[in-house]
Amino acid sequence: MSAPRFAAEPSRATSSIILIAAAVLFLLPIVAMLEFSFRQGQRVDGVQNYGPQHWQGVFDPANSFKYQGLLEGIGNSLLICLLTVVIVLVLLLPVMILVELRFPKLRRVLEFICIIPITIPAIVLVVGYVPVYGVVAQIFGSVPWTIAFAAGIIVLPYAYRPIAANMAGVELTVLSEASRSLGAGWGRTLFSVILPNLRRGILASCFITIAVVLGEYTIAAFLAQNTFQTALVLINHTDSYVSVIFAVLALLFGFVLLLVIGRVGAVGTRRERRTRRTA
Amino acid sequence: MTALAEQTAPAVTDRGVGGSTTRLRRRGPAWLGLAPFGVYVLLFLAVPAILAVTSGFADNEGRFTFANFAALADPNILQGLWASIWISAVTAIIGGVIGALICYALLAMKPDGAVRSIVDSASSVLAQFGGVMLAFAFIATIGANGLITSLLKDWGWIENPLNSFNGGGVMIYQIPGLVVVYLYFQIPLMVLTFLPALQGLKGTWAEANATLGGTRLQYWLRIGGPVLLPAFLGSLILLFANSFSSYATAAALVSQGGIVPLAIRQQLTSETVLGVSNVAGVLALVMVIVMVVLMTAYAALQRRTGRWQNGGRS
Repeated sequence: MSAPRFAAEPSRATSSIILIAAAVLFLLPIVAMLEFSFRQGQRVDGVQNYGPQHWQGVFDPANSFKYQGLLEGIGNSLLICLLTVVIVLVLLLPVMILVELRFPKLRRVLEFICIIPITIPAIVLVVGYVPVYGVVAQIFGSVPWTIAFAAGIIVLPYAYRPIAANMAGVELTVLSEASRSLGAGWGRTLFSVILPNLRRGILASCFITIAVVLGEYTIAAFLAQNTFQTALVLINHTDSYVSVIFAVLALLFGFVLLLVIGRVGAVGTRRERRTRRTA
Repeated sequence: MTALAEQTAPAVTDRGVGGSTTRLRRRGPAWLGLAPFGVYVLLFLAVPAILAVTSGFADNEGRFTFANFAALADPNILQGLWASIWISAVTAIIGGVIGALICYALLAMKPDGAVRSIVDSASSVLAQFGGVMLAFAFIATIGANGLITSLLKDWGWIENPLNSFNGGGVMIYQIPGLVVVYLYFQIPLMVLTFLPALQGLKGTWAEANATLGGTRLQYWLRIGGPVLLPAFLGSLILLFANSFSSYATAAALVSQGGIVPLAIRQQLTSETVLGVSNVAGVLALVMVIVMVVLMTAYAALQRRTGRWQNGGRS
C-alpha cells in the first residue's frame, strides 16, 4: 500500500497466495486418485508400497474379460455421443440457422426452450422418461443407443450456447443475402457461406456435447442401460482401482477436449482479426 | 449450469433487415423446417416434463388425486427436503465466497496471460466434473482409505473426522459430507459465472475514486461492491440451483435417501409396478417449483447486472 494505487486489484503477493492455495486444494483429489491407482498391497504401519500393477492390469488384454462390461459401456457411450452429436447437427443447428435468418422473432422462444433442461434437472426428467422410454422400447427395443434421445435434450443448453455466441458475431443475414443476390442457391449459401462461418461454434458445441454425454449417469442408471458411467459404478464395487484409473483417464480426456475447444476458438479469432485488418 | 449464465445475458439485438421478398415467398416451407426439432422437443422434453410433474396428481389407476401429497408430511421426506436446501445454501455461500476470492485474485493477473487462461480452462473442466467420477476422486482423497485419511492415521489421529464423522463412519458417505465434495464443482462454477462481472468493473471508476481521495476499502464498499452485488447474488442462486439439482455424485456416495434427488431414487426403485411412481412425481414437482423460483430470481438479477455492463468492458 506504499505507492498510490489507482487500481482495485489486489497486490501480486496476495493474489499469488490465494491462487496457489486454490491450486493446491484443487489438485489434491487428482493427486490422491493417482496415488490411489499406483498403490500396491495394503498399507502396513504407515508404509505404502507403490507400483504400476493396476495400470498394467487395465491395459493387459488378458484381463479384458474382467472389464468386458466396462468396455461395452464405453462403446455404448461413444455410440450415444455420436448419435447425440447427430441430433445437435441435424435437429438443433438447422433450426438455429432458420430462426436467425427467417424467424428472428422466435429467437427468444428457441433460447428459452434450450434453457429449460437446466431448470428441469435430469433426476426430474427421469421420472417422465421412465414411461416415455416404455414406448421407445416398444419401437426400438430396450437398447443403449436410445439414450441419445434423452441425451440430446440434456445437452441442449450446452450445445446451444457456442453456436449462438458464434452467430452473434457473424452477420448471417447480410452474408446470406449477399450470397443469394450473387446468384447462389440456398444449398450453396448454406454449405459455402453459413456453415463455414459457424464452424467454430459448431465444433465447440460438438465437443461440449461429447463431454456432457460421456459424463451422463442419471438417465442411463434409471433406464438400466450400460454406459461408461453406470459401468464405472458397477466395477467400483468389485475393483475400485480400475474405476479410479478410468476416472483419471476421463478427466484427462476432458482436459484434452477443452484444450481442443480452446485452440479451435483461438484459430477462429486469429483468422477473424486478420480478415478484419485486410477488410 | 454454466451455459445458462451466458444465455440469459441480454439478447443480441436484431441485425440486418431481412430480404422481405424471399421471406414472403418461402414462408410456408420454412415453417416446415422448424417441425422436426419441434416434434423432438415435444416428445422428449415437453412430454416427459409434463408426465413427471403431473404423475404426482395420479393414483395407481391413473385417476386424479391429491393423496400423494401426503408424502410431504412424511418426516423422512421433509428431512430430505431440508437437507437439500441447507446443503445447497451452504455450498452456494462457501463456494460463492471462495470463488469470488479467486476471481479477485485473478484481477492482478494479466487478462490474456497464462494464469488466467489456465484458471479459465480448469474451471470449465472442473465445473463439469460432477457425477460419479467426482465421487471416486473424493473416495481416494478422504474416503476410508483415502490419501488424507491414511496420512492422518499415520500421524496418530486414528479416529479423525474423516473416518468417524458424527458417529456414523466415513464422512463422505454421509449427507453433510456432500458439502465438501460439492464445493469441488461449485467453486469453479462461481469463477466461471462471476469473473465476467468482475472484469466488467471499469478501471476509470477506480481512478475516479482515487482522484477524489477514496481508499481501496471505500472503492469496494461504495463502488465495486454495490455494482457487483446483483451479479454476486445471481451467481449464488445459480450455485444453489446447481447443487439442488445434482444427483449422480450423491448417488455414488450415499446408498440411502437423505436429499430430494436420492428420495426420488428410492421412490422409483422401490416401485414394484413398472411405470410412474406417484410420490416421485410429487418430489419432482417440488424440485421444479424450487428451480423455477430460483431461475426467475436469477433472470431478474441478471437484468440488473446487465445495466452496468452495457457500456462495454475496459
